[in-house]
Amino acid sequence: MLHHNVKKAEAISFSEEVTCRHGGETLTACYQCGTCASSCPVARLDSRFNPREILKLALLGEKDEVLSGDAIWLCTSCFNCQERCPQNVEIAELIFALRNIAIEAGNSPNIYADFGGALIADGRIVAISKFVEKKREEFGLPPLKPVGVEDLNKILEATGFTKPEQKEASK
Amino acid sequence: MKRFAIFLGCTIPARQPNYELSARKTLEKLDVELVDLDNFTCCCPAPIQSINLESSQAIAAYNICLAEEAGLDIVALCNGCFESLAMANAALKKDKKLKAEINKVLAKVGKEFQGTIEVKHFLQVLIEDIGLKKIQEKVTKPLSSLKVAPFYGCHSLRPSKLLQLDDPERPQIFENLIESLGAEPLEYRNKLKCCGGLLKGISDDTALELAREKLANTNKAGADCISTLCPFCFVALDIGQIQVKGKFQEIYDMPILHYSELLALALGVAPEELALRSHKIKADKVLEKIA
Repeated sequence: MLHHNVKKAEAISFSEEVTCRHGGETLTACYQCGTCASSCPVARLDSRFNPREILKLALLGEKDEVLSGDAIWLCTSCFNCQERCPQNVEIAELIFALRNIAIEAGNSPNIYADFGGALIADGRIVAISKFVEKKREEFGLPPLKPVGVEDLNKILEATGFTKPEQKEASK
Repeated sequence: MKRFAIFLGCTIPARQPNYELSARKTLEKLDVELVDLDNFTCCCPAPIQSINLESSQAIAAYNICLAEEAGLDIVALCNGCFESLAMANAALKKDKKLKAEINKVLAKVGKEFQGTIEVKHFLQVLIEDIGLKKIQEKVTKPLSSLKVAPFYGCHSLRPSKLLQLDDPERPQIFENLIESLGAEPLEYRNKLKCCGGLLKGISDDTALELAREKLANTNKAGADCISTLCPFCFVALDIGQIQVKGKFQEIYDMPILHYSELLALALGVAPEELALRSHKIKADKVLEKIA
């Protein structure tokens, strides 16, 4: 039985570290049947990505390989695999948990630094230009309401949100 | 008259006046009142969930709290917004421990998640709050002979355990809504597979390949247009056609119309009132066919 309140990361294996995370709880239910891989729209197009393989590496404690490779970033979050998993492993959410760990360790494609930065600055991940805002009137759309950026930033702080780092050479 | 808080999210106000305009016009024609609330933020979809799941859930809950305070259910137009908010809403209603954790965070901004409202997709409001019968009655310009390929996208349907919109493997509500306008919904290969939108900027080639197969398969099925429910799917398939032309020299000239745009046309809204000029692939072929 796993203990969900284990705190000392150095004393536990990687799979336990994952199961303690939001979204990572179901990892150890995976019995490697491959239903996920055969349901995946990406796996058939890109040999770098195979959800079953990611779960296997996480179960075997291959932390560095999971966190520093390309694979975890290639999931489209379509939830096909999670929908079909006979063990109710929350695969798409497990990939979010793995990405959360990777970002805390400073590994992520540069686009996440853009998303994180925009969220903190504007409370939105896609900026709305003054031009577009002015255009609304022309279309007969009501003016946009203010965004709760201040509250949002307090929530980010209270939940330990780390803005992903921008690296010089893009992946 | 049913009232909803409209949740616009980021991409629709930034890039798709055509979706917002047609959704507002159609809901108004179908006797739904939309309220624009102060302080809604980003819903915190997959790109932010990838950075921090807990922050994302707490911010989704914050947005739900704003609607709870106004005593209104939420209607979301974007699949991403719908999924983030509806998932958080369902999870927090079900899991007391999670609710207590999130409420501890929300207390810092003077909010508390109660679990008193519903988060609905635009499509769901049409089906559950308006109904096919009323839509059929209000159609003044039936889209007869128009062959429409419905594209649900991912986050209207999955994860179905939390979203509960329709059967995730054999959904029917979009097809029924297309039929209610007098048009013919088409079956095609890989209908329920992802548009690739969330891979943009990470693996552009795979993202484009996913869009390309939708274009090829709907074209093969004889579609006059693809109908979408999500701004990301729309962009992937609309602007995607320009990229597919550049990379593969394939020209589909397949108009992409949000369901709200088809609905608006069938309800008698004039095309020039619909911001159709923001489409990269022009909708003229569709307009000619239904004229």
